[in-house]
Amino acid sequence: MSDAGRERVFAAVRQALGRRGPEAEPDVVTRRLEQPQPNTVPVRGQLQQPELTELFVAMAGQAQATVVRLKDREAIPAAAADFCRDHGLPPAVVVAPASPLNECDWAAAGVSAERRLVRSGDPVAMATAAAGIAETGTLAMLSGPENPVTANFLPDNHLVVIETRDLVGTPEDLWATLRERGVPLPRTVNWITGPSRSGDIEMTMLMGAHGPIRLHILLIDDSSAD
Amino acid sequence: MTLETSSKRFPEQVRVARADVNLQQALGKLKLGLSVMRSAAVDRLPEFDRLRDEAAAIRDHTLNHLDHYLLRFEAAVKERGGHVHFAPDAAAANAIILDICRAANARKVTKGKSMVTEEIELNHHLAAHGITCLETDLGEYIVQLRNERPSHIVAPAIHVVKAQVAEAFAAHHGEAPPGGREEASALMAEARSVIRRHFLEADVGITGANFAIAETGTTVIVTNEGNGDLTQSLPKVHIAVTGIEKIVPTLEDASTLIRLLSRSATGQEASVYNTFSTGPRRPEDPDGPEAFHVVLVDNGRSSMLGTAFQDMLRCIRCGACLNHCPVYGQVGGQAYGSVYPGPMGAVLTPSLAGIDAAGHLPNASTFCGACEAVCPVRIPLPKMMRHWREREFDAGLAPRGQRIGIAVWAFAARRPRLYRLLAGTGARLLKLIGGRRGHLSRLPLGRGWTAWRDLPAPAGETFHAAWRRRRSEE
Repeated sequence: MSDAGRERVFAAVRQALGRRGPEAEPDVVTRRLEQPQPNTVPVRGQLQQPELTELFVAMAGQAQATVVRLKDREAIPAAAADFCRDHGLPPAVVVAPASPLNECDWAAAGVSAERRLVRSGDPVAMATAAAGIAETGTLAMLSGPENPVTANFLPDNHLVVIETRDLVGTPEDLWATLRERGVPLPRTVNWITGPSRSGDIEMTMLMGAHGPIRLHILLIDDSSAD
Repeated sequence: MTLETSSKRFPEQVRVARADVNLQQALGKLKLGLSVMRSAAVDRLPEFDRLRDEAAAIRDHTLNHLDHYLLRFEAAVKERGGHVHFAPDAAAANAIILDICRAANARKVTKGKSMVTEEIELNHHLAAHGITCLETDLGEYIVQLRNERPSHIVAPAIHVVKAQVAEAFAAHHGEAPPGGREEASALMAEARSVIRRHFLEADVGITGANFAIAETGTTVIVTNEGNGDLTQSLPKVHIAVTGIEKIVPTLEDASTLIRLLSRSATGQEASVYNTFSTGPRRPEDPDGPEAFHVVLVDNGRSSMLGTAFQDMLRCIRCGACLNHCPVYGQVGGQAYGSVYPGPMGAVLTPSLAGIDAAGHLPNASTFCGACEAVCPVRIPLPKMMRHWREREFDAGLAPRGQRIGIAVWAFAARRPRLYRLLAGTGARLLKLIGGRRGHLSRLPLGRGWTAWRDLPAPAGETFHAAWRRRRSEE
């Protein structure tokens, strides 16, 4: 059934385009796919440090994410504890079993870090972003053992760690970086810009539709370290 | 061509819409909201117009090589362990999706927002075979509870006011939660907790795809709520359903289109969630779907390729043309009787459902041109509506009065002396009737105009006559 359907769709498309039948792929298609080129890249995101960080922080804030700047990774547990306290939550977070964040000394900051997958209704989950896109204040999350995809959507509060050295200007920079690393795309790449929201009831934009109600970014500013 | 519409009843549906107090209140917010936010977002991006040119070129290039890009997309999905299905029409698409659901022993299916699944009426088909398909986008969920069609391609429940949402929730969820049902935030929290249970119970998750990237075999969804992500990440099977025209060559091309989509749709710098899905979960992944299916639907699209309507296939479904249309702003989406309303629907609906079923829609335009002016991929919507009007006339489908009127006008217009005589007499006569008031409140054969407003009386002299007089005076 679906093979006959496939033939029908291709026959219709080819006929509409004036092909006589299956034709060899033209060079213009092959080149475009094998040497992907950026289109116009807005000037806004074409920045170097420290402007890159400033733009990222400003744009993330515009999207209703909150950002706290830390001087090194050791400050992560205390920052998570602050977040919980500020929002009247017990100092408890969920960390993926394979996350590098398990190396943090959570106990020293008085935070209970449960090492498991996120479950629906978990108040706070931790994650690490592969990159941040300054143009729009966006986090780029790559799914895998270190960052299970469901952790981006199930918790009420999403705390994401990113280092300033992983900030890029634009989506085009992100794709170029991933291609350079030679890693194929994971199952999901999530670009996340602020917390979940909906304007579906009388066009009033409200936070926390289905995904996290708050997005809190822990930005490790390695430029400030000695 | 299997798009079901009630577009034939457009005139009656317009009368109902104009008299609907709730709808008119809801539409009032549309005018002040989305178009203002779009315009502010455009002002913040100096490259916006250049990006529009490039976006149109990306879409044209892909459509002109669509056979090759479809093959590349299919190969890339397969290479990463996914499956691609091609559906010539709605029935085939529904059958493919039902088969996948049955193979997964699915009883409950969740769905992210997808206009193509609205087009093929997937929910009805699955329900007829014992499978519950639950909408998870808040607007789509409200529309589903009310047993309606979406009235806007981006904001499906834009025609509904808060009290009606509360009513629908009371009817389906029973007793009000502790937060009550007065505030929009309470209603959203209620929907969040009800739908969350469904996410966790679903066997299959169905989403649309704003783009399908040939380079990597990736489908892309652009959302704000996160419902599409829960839909496609929790169940064992993810099915992405989209039109064959949604292919783009590369990640870079998708990124350009995404910049335009969010700004044009809601005036956001970026939608909250842009999700790129490539294949099923990897062996080492602790979560994500075990199977990934892409269903590419033709359903009349290939018949637009290579025709005067090909440019319509550039559409990225941002809804800006709806938000800026004076007709849509007066009557809302449901009057159009099609899941594709407004200017884009006035072109697309006749293409997919036939001009005999949807002839009213391309006529429901003032040709003010606002739709084309805001279109991120520069679709010449008024020109295409004009094409449809011509075809409707040529096929003898236009109303009798209109056909006779145009035939009489054409007869006279081909005979300049007769035309001048008639125009001159008419102008003098109307001036006479207009009298000192200078306007007419009733006009034989013109009641469609004068029932709602007065016709300014002509000056009494035709342009030709005035021109000749001025030349002789010089």
